[in-house]
Amino acid sequence: MTDAPKPAAAPSRAAMKKELPEHFKAYKHVWVMVELERGHVHPVSWELMGEARKLADKLGVEVGAVVAGAPNAGTREAAAESFAYGADVVYLVENPILAEYRNESYTRTLTELVNAYKPEILLLGATNLGRDLAGSVATTLLTGLTADCTELAVDADKSLAATRPTFGGSLLCTIYTLNFRPQMATVRPRVMAMPARQEGRIGRVVEHAIALEEDSIVTKVLKFLPDRSSQKSNLAYADVVVAGGLGLQSGENLQLVRALAAVLGGEWGCSRPCVQKGWAPADRQIGQTGKTIRPKLYIAAGISGAIQHRVGVEGADMIVAINTDKNAPILDIAHFAVATDAIRFLPALTEAFRARISPHAKDRLAG
Amino acid sequence: MHIVVCIKQVPDSAQIRVHPVTNTIMRQGVPTIINPYDLFALETALRLRDELGGAVTVLTMGPPSAEDSLRKAMTYGADRAVLLTDRFFAGSDTLATSFALAQAIRKIGETWGAPDVVFAGKQTIDGDTAQVGPGIARRLELNQLTYIAKIAKVDLVARTIELERRAEGGTQVLSSALPCLVTMLEGSAEIRRGAFADALRAARAEVTVWSAADAGIADLLKCGLRGSPTVVKRVFAPAPRAEKAKPIEVKPKARETADALIDALFEAKPAMSAELEQLAAGL
Repeated sequence: MTDAPKPAAAPSRAAMKKELPEHFKAYKHVWVMVELERGHVHPVSWELMGEARKLADKLGVEVGAVVAGAPNAGTREAAAESFAYGADVVYLVENPILAEYRNESYTRTLTELVNAYKPEILLLGATNLGRDLAGSVATTLLTGLTADCTELAVDADKSLAATRPTFGGSLLCTIYTLNFRPQMATVRPRVMAMPARQEGRIGRVVEHAIALEEDSIVTKVLKFLPDRSSQKSNLAYADVVVAGGLGLQSGENLQLVRALAAVLGGEWGCSRPCVQKGWAPADRQIGQTGKTIRPKLYIAAGISGAIQHRVGVEGADMIVAINTDKNAPILDIAHFAVATDAIRFLPALTEAFRARISPHAKDRLAG
Repeated sequence: MHIVVCIKQVPDSAQIRVHPVTNTIMRQGVPTIINPYDLFALETALRLRDELGGAVTVLTMGPPSAEDSLRKAMTYGADRAVLLTDRFFAGSDTLATSFALAQAIRKIGETWGAPDVVFAGKQTIDGDTAQVGPGIARRLELNQLTYIAKIAKVDLVARTIELERRAEGGTQVLSSALPCLVTMLEGSAEIRRGAFADALRAARAEVTVWSAADAGIADLLKCGLRGSPTVVKRVFAPAPRAEKAKPIEVKPKARETADALIDALFEAKPAMSAELEQLAAGL
């Protein structure tokens, strides 16, 4: 569980590891593992495709998309979408065993594809699926894996420079996998911008048959219980987010945050301490260990803005901080600040927005 | 039933400061804690043991001072503790860490019986990678079960396990087989207060300390810096933003302040008014 940087010893080591072993020189192209589950592709895959396109263009290589799933379970659609978001080649694996995500079947599939087609860079979403899979595949291939990258670049010597927050986000570090291929990295949803979709863009499909027998896979999915839509949070992808912190003083006062979010047609969230205090469920947490958000408008009420929180909200177009402390770190990233008590101010702001943007909101809420 | 729980001693992230001039981490005096996510794994392991019998062995790799966290785990009720510590492990990335821990778990198996379940937290709060659990599972060829919200059933005779796994948009109900590696989700169990008897026992208990050689690790090239495919080349502070937040004057009436804020927002982003109206209308 250590990913601790080793700055002191790093430079000499880095210099030592310059020359890539001969058998890895055949590794080319930048791949994205497309997360297809029950016919739906996680948007993080397209965000990664945008990054993969930039890296591949710098390296002068192709973008490959790995699409795996049961036959006719959205695989062809996912392949077409991969092209629209920038892939040149889709490596398509269709097998009934891949109907539901399971570590064993997916690890075997992705490992086999990597060994067969040899990508130099392999990107996955830092989702439950992506993290579960990336750790297994990297260990099987005995290669380097950098988690939760916030920036991906190609160096002068063509190696991948993967930058990620460390020590709870207070510092950034740039990590290389110099001697091994593929160079693997995960990126959290919403950290990278969604690339433009190019309608009608096409590419090559490489169909790969995989010899997997259901009997050889130990873990079985007995059933899938979908979240009730009412409790499902769309926090990461919301256009407006209102969040509360310890400044609200009680879990009940998070209701004020929810009310404003409702009037704005947005989602609500909170800082990490609120989750730790049991005021809100973990899927409402915003920040480094919670959700990363990129809304058009973010309102932080009673949140001081520890680094942990900041790294999760910096991508917002407009940040409003409501905080009595005029020196709170959130003010370093906010665009507008209101130095007042959020508990008193939130109801007034809710009413003001209601009057300004949605004259009929009252009726709807009542109904 | 033999259960191994992997824990990590981490700096309490809430108390880490960066030196304003040198931009380096000021580690001195930062208290250490058991990685909070690991406590859910420990609690789940203890409940299984209480229900089915057997023993819980806690394992950590780290400096000699990590013994504190192992002792703490014993105050919660763990039966024995193993500290894997050696200068050869210094600078391990996740691949090298999973190698060393997997070897130690093999050795634990030889010494006290093969584990039925190996537990780990979802991730750590300092590295945040979530990679070491899967790495151990792969190396020991354990069935890998991550992001588990609940263990519904363990059948030691049939060697099966049923659990609920957090997936995108819902919960997977899984059946799998022992031995397996489980990483527990936060909030999956309320953590007990250690019993007084356990606290007394923990204070006196002996923590087993293993070097690389003690754990049966022969290939030191797979450990520490030398066994780590990743190299940290640069550590730096994020660039601060040039401009500070624009203050909105606080008026006696909250509603007036609210209107002033909305005016400022719409002035800065003229398109926002229309966008918000559409959103509010659910379009």
